[in-house]
Amino acid sequence: MEKGTIRLKTGLAEMLKGGVIMDVTTPEQAVIAQEAGACAVMALERVPADIRKAGGVARMADPVIVRRIMDAVSIPVMAKVRIGHVAEARILEHLGVDYIDESEVLTPADEQFHLNKHDFRVPFVCGARNLGEALRRIGEGAAMIRTKGEPGTGNVVEAVRHIRMVMGELRHLLALPEEEVPGYAKTIGAPLEILHAVRREGRLPVVNFAAGGISTPADAALMMQLGCDGIFVGSGIFKSSDPAKFAKAIVAATTSYNDPAVLAEVSEGLGEAMPGLEISSIAAAERMQERGW
Amino acid sequence: MVTPLHIGVLALQGAFREHRLALERCGAKVTELRRRQEDTPLGGLEKFDGIVLPGGESTAMGRLLVDRGLLEPLRACIGRGMPVFGTCAGLILLSRELEGPDGTLLEQPHLGVLHCRVRRNAFGRQTDSFETALEVKGVAQALEAVFIRAPLIVSTGPGVECLSFVETGEGMLPVAVRQDNILASSFHPELTDDLRFHAFFLDMCRAWREQGRA
Repeated sequence: MEKGTIRLKTGLAEMLKGGVIMDVTTPEQAVIAQEAGACAVMALERVPADIRKAGGVARMADPVIVRRIMDAVSIPVMAKVRIGHVAEARILEHLGVDYIDESEVLTPADEQFHLNKHDFRVPFVCGARNLGEALRRIGEGAAMIRTKGEPGTGNVVEAVRHIRMVMGELRHLLALPEEEVPGYAKTIGAPLEILHAVRREGRLPVVNFAAGGISTPADAALMMQLGCDGIFVGSGIFKSSDPAKFAKAIVAATTSYNDPAVLAEVSEGLGEAMPGLEISSIAAAERMQERGW
Repeated sequence: MVTPLHIGVLALQGAFREHRLALERCGAKVTELRRRQEDTPLGGLEKFDGIVLPGGESTAMGRLLVDRGLLEPLRACIGRGMPVFGTCAGLILLSRELEGPDGTLLEQPHLGVLHCRVRRNAFGRQTDSFETALEVKGVAQALEAVFIRAPLIVSTGPGVECLSFVETGEGMLPVAVRQDNILASSFHPELTDDLRFHAFFLDMCRAWREQGRA
């Protein structure tokens, strides 16, 4: 019997496909998410919009919060660690969370190196803005990838930019003649063997979700149509006027992303989405997507 | 030329792509199901030779089955003898009684057609997920079996044949079962390159089609 294999790690992400992973800060919110049909929850101390507002250093959530949320729901529970923070990751692994997000939403602990994720039994998800970043993370052992987008903004434009970039570069890689692959690996700064794995499978070797700015059912459907395998919603649920209704509508839209009749039905009379932020109003140094490499 | 078997794979959420690929590699034609196809009691599902319920999150899928109008048509088709194969969350959706890891009865939307009581997340959380090789009666001597936050069948009713077992703290318990046209496993054959379990299911579908689908 084997545990902690890469197949078990990527396999759990496969089970989440077509689903919505929701940020929650209390057991009550976790139950609302589960009842609405979330396929997993992300246990946090604050949602990204509040982290942005609070400023200062954002760290791993208090283990008490994570544990209470784990006790409240039967769906998988994820939690975030700072980029490169080995000790926070070991703490979450010890708590028994089902997935760790090595996340740019928190303040990075290491400006040079991400975690060696092969070294853990718990699987990791990481953010990426382009193919090189995605494949570097996979090379380090990430079993799932998500777009970075721009968290806490309720503005989908950065998530769209990132999935367009990843999918465009992926198509380019798949079309290259064999002799140009090593040069392309150098250009995008990613391990050559991972590029070969992508070409063998004809797609990314792990599941790729959308994150960072999704706040309506239509946003979720858009990201699915652009080729994402599922959706993370951060502030979009519990910063809206009717979280249970928004949660349910975004779940339905993610499954039925190609079915305008369902999309129209669930978008009707939803109430106020979370307040949005124009990206140009955020100073470059405060853009979370620039964290990590 | 023989018409390929036509299988509907429930694609509300989860590992539907992996099932589609496995079935297609076995020569079947696959349609992904996301909603009721017609406003009839069988919902337009009667055209399929079999249905697959993939791994995923059973609470999410259960709710979407209700919202997309698929729960009753699926139950009706299975009741008429259409072969169905459920893996992991699919097993949970098929089973009559569900319990949590601590043994308390759970209420969540499900089909309830398989005479089993199933314990969700019975082996623990993700870090307790495991892979092993299992004998599956009539299918393989040593089948690669991937268990991810897997459920366990804690008791079975009449007509349920246990095809495979694992050792647990409570002795040997079944992880793959068949009850007439219903086939189910705790583990995920869709995550391996071993196609024998899917081929076994397609044999059930072929037999049903040859009997005139009744």
